[in-house]
Amino acid sequence: MIRGQLDSLALPVDASPKTGCANPPVLRERGQREVFCGLTGIMWLHRKIQDAFFLIVGSRTCAHLMQSAAGVMIFAEPRFATAIIDERDLAGLADANEELDRVVVRLLERRPDIKLLFLVGSCPSEVIKLDLSRAAQRLSQQLHPAVRVLNYSGSGIETTFTQGEDACLAALVPTLPEAAANHDSLMVVGVLADAVEDQFRRLLAGLGIEKVTFLPARRAHEMPAIGHSTRYILVQPFLTDTAMKLEQRGAKRIDAPFPLGAQGMFGWLEAVAKAYRISPVTLENVTRAPMERANRAIARYRDTLAGRRIFFFPDSQLEIPIARFLANELGMNLIEVGTPYLHRQHLAADLALLPEGTQLSEGQDVDRQLDRCRKSDPDLVVCGLGLANPLEAEGITTKWAIELVFTPIQGFEQAGDLAELFARPLVRRARLEM
Amino acid sequence: MHLTVWTYEGPPHVGAMRIATAMRGLHYVLHAPQGDTYADLLFTMIERRNKRPPVSYTTFQARDLGGDTADLFQTACAEAYERYKPQAMIVGASCTGELIQDDPAGLARALGLPIPVIPLELPSYQKKENWGAAETFYQLVRALAGPHVPPPGSIRAPRRAGEPARCNILGPSAVGFRHRDDLLAVSHILERMGVEIHVVAPWECTPADLATVGEADFNIVLYPEIAGQAAQWLKRSFNQPMVTTVPIGVGATRDFIVEVARCAGIDPAPFLAEPPGRLPWYSRSVDSTYLTGKRVFIFGDATHALAAARICKEELGFDVVGLGTYSREFARDVRQMATCLGLEALITDDYLEVEAKIAELQPELVLGSQMERHIAKRLRIPCAVISAPVHVQDFPARYAPQMGFDGADVIFDTWVHPLMMGLEEHLLGMFRDDFEFHDGAGSSHLGHGSHAPSRERAPEPVAATAIAAAPQADVAVAELPAGEPVWAAEAEKELKKIPFFVRGKARRNTEAFARERKISTITVETLYDAKAHFGR
Repeated sequence: MIRGQLDSLALPVDASPKTGCANPPVLRERGQREVFCGLTGIMWLHRKIQDAFFLIVGSRTCAHLMQSAAGVMIFAEPRFATAIIDERDLAGLADANEELDRVVVRLLERRPDIKLLFLVGSCPSEVIKLDLSRAAQRLSQQLHPAVRVLNYSGSGIETTFTQGEDACLAALVPTLPEAAANHDSLMVVGVLADAVEDQFRRLLAGLGIEKVTFLPARRAHEMPAIGHSTRYILVQPFLTDTAMKLEQRGAKRIDAPFPLGAQGMFGWLEAVAKAYRISPVTLENVTRAPMERANRAIARYRDTLAGRRIFFFPDSQLEIPIARFLANELGMNLIEVGTPYLHRQHLAADLALLPEGTQLSEGQDVDRQLDRCRKSDPDLVVCGLGLANPLEAEGITTKWAIELVFTPIQGFEQAGDLAELFARPLVRRARLEM
Repeated sequence: MHLTVWTYEGPPHVGAMRIATAMRGLHYVLHAPQGDTYADLLFTMIERRNKRPPVSYTTFQARDLGGDTADLFQTACAEAYERYKPQAMIVGASCTGELIQDDPAGLARALGLPIPVIPLELPSYQKKENWGAAETFYQLVRALAGPHVPPPGSIRAPRRAGEPARCNILGPSAVGFRHRDDLLAVSHILERMGVEIHVVAPWECTPADLATVGEADFNIVLYPEIAGQAAQWLKRSFNQPMVTTVPIGVGATRDFIVEVARCAGIDPAPFLAEPPGRLPWYSRSVDSTYLTGKRVFIFGDATHALAAARICKEELGFDVVGLGTYSREFARDVRQMATCLGLEALITDDYLEVEAKIAELQPELVLGSQMERHIAKRLRIPCAVISAPVHVQDFPARYAPQMGFDGADVIFDTWVHPLMMGLEEHLLGMFRDDFEFHDGAGSSHLGHGSHAPSRERAPEPVAATAIAAAPQADVAVAELPAGEPVWAAEAEKELKKIPFFVRGKARRNTEAFARERKISTITVETLYDAKAHFGR
């Protein structure tokens, strides 16, 4: 169906997916990893869940990471903070649990609007084995019913960048209300921008699916119910633990490509339609107009991107579906697609749509990867903030990976924006005449 | 454990990175978990450096903790040496690395690398960024120049006749507030004075350069937060005198010239006779009379806060109403200066306290870091940035030093521009009901962003305000607690005729005046009585 749909819309040269690569070559590396830790996810999680507060139990480094990585001082209402562990806590002079209770009480006195508090573990709190789950239980009992307290770890020793969102959502799952036996709802899992969420809801309603919930909800008390009749579908490729927890609660996953690009979004809806036994005609009717729009928007960037060679450093775990989009819908050539972790099961549909023989790499040894990158003479490199300017100074055009996480890129209406993110650095380089 | 929403200084290993990144031919191997590499972006994004910092991280993960993290560290050291071939290496741990107690010093030593390997002990749970920078710089200087220290009691060979004096410039580092341009400004001064610069450190110097640091005649300590400790050691070990006046402001620059001349054995008079830039004349020119007695709040690192206080008092004719620093190591100096100004210094690293203080004092100008800029914006007080922590804006493309006479000129412009221009202020007073010139219009020179000081402005302000429960300038009458004076309608109307930028102060003053005199209803009379009482 995907192929038929794409052909009918006269897609680019390389549009029809080749045989695909269910088993692509993967280079596994261990060495210095130039990636953020999971704490960084708080940046978008605290904007999404509007009455949640994220209290990192960590060090000055954690606090400094949060303010530096955000690239801002506090210009919007910050619903995150760090309880900085000091030498008194380490020396056992202060009871860490009492200290934590004191900090939480002080925080909540100042912020009575908070309904959900996450205690977020960090590298130091994990290493000193501070039991945040017990602290969360204790505080939850104390503060019930005004505030629910949960915990997860965003530490760099356990999580890479977007895995922080996974850990946070996984912590929410056991607290979700039990759905009625015949509830039969579809749960869309993963943080989306509010506007994108609304678009998805409209498309699903168009297919006739009205009982749609989103995890996470925008407010603590609106978190969706779950049960054996719940089917869930992921919108982010990094939700391993969340998926496991959802299955433990009886929910069943709908396997789909991730909703990036027109092909991805169509495939995503098609998977839902199949699961709900919705006719291909209905699917076609619902998607025709937005799909055409998306393809028009994407086509604008094809001249800039087609035939260009792109190299991905590992960052957000979004690399594989995005590479699939750039190869299939914009005709880019993939040199190496690096990803921090490769979840073969969740990414099966996307992997199958990648051009045959695409070189993947999992994990990182940043120095060696830089060697490979320079040697391959790419037209565009997707990398983190620590690498971008140094590579630009060497004459290599880059796209900061972090923008892919902070920009709404999912769905038909954003497919053009996603393409534009990759075209912009090339267009800019072409414009500057110096 | 203490609650922090935002922090003025990073952890001490970031200070060490600032030294390593400023230098050439040095490599830093840091035992740190995955994620600590975020610090690279301070250099590549904020300072726009075109190279990665010379730092290798072990980026250990949970699965490594059960195994051999020590081995991981040794591999990282060996590979970093192989790849980068540095002249020297520093090794240490970040906060988490410190907890796993792998002894980077011993592990690195065991590798037997053919270069100096300098271990750093930076206690992450006690100390902060500037301390880390100072300690790293000191350890480097000691380790590299140490072998060249003359035996105790040696006397420095006198300079040969006609040979120019040579100095070191110590302190400029990566991600420092205007360090790049300050260095240039100070170099110009020294050049004019005929003083040769032997080594600038850590800025772009190599370990080999640092080894020769004892050969210079004296040291210039540009940033005591970073170079003070090393300079003290050099004084003790090489008998090198040091120039400690930080040349920020016209007066301080003159003092600096005198001090350099004394260390170099030359006559400062000809250099003092040179025109000291435009600040002195601009400050005397009539338009500047409106600067007289402007109430200024100052907060920053110690060096810049102290310099700002002196400039405000002696060179711009401002009233310093608040002075503080987050540099606890220099609290004494700041307290001393505050006492001279009849103030109590605010020594804190909690920006909420700073915000509360600013809200309480309602100054007319805030000089601070990027954080105070945000606070001032929320409170709608003009502000200029004088100190780290830095922001990408603090690395302007143009030459914009703080030091020397050039720096003083930059400072005049930067601090005075946010203020209402003299005539404009009067016109606002005269034509306050003018349809285009009303409260909401803002002043022309502040551009679009300055509009609409109404309370319906965009939802930009912020939790921090809510957290601090900062007293708002315009508290609605109805919200006054019981026992507080109440505004009569007429008086309230009259108050509205006062230009918006002083209205908050007028309101507070009047209420304080009424409270003191147990006046329960504030009338137009009370308003003007209070005005007469407080003056201005």
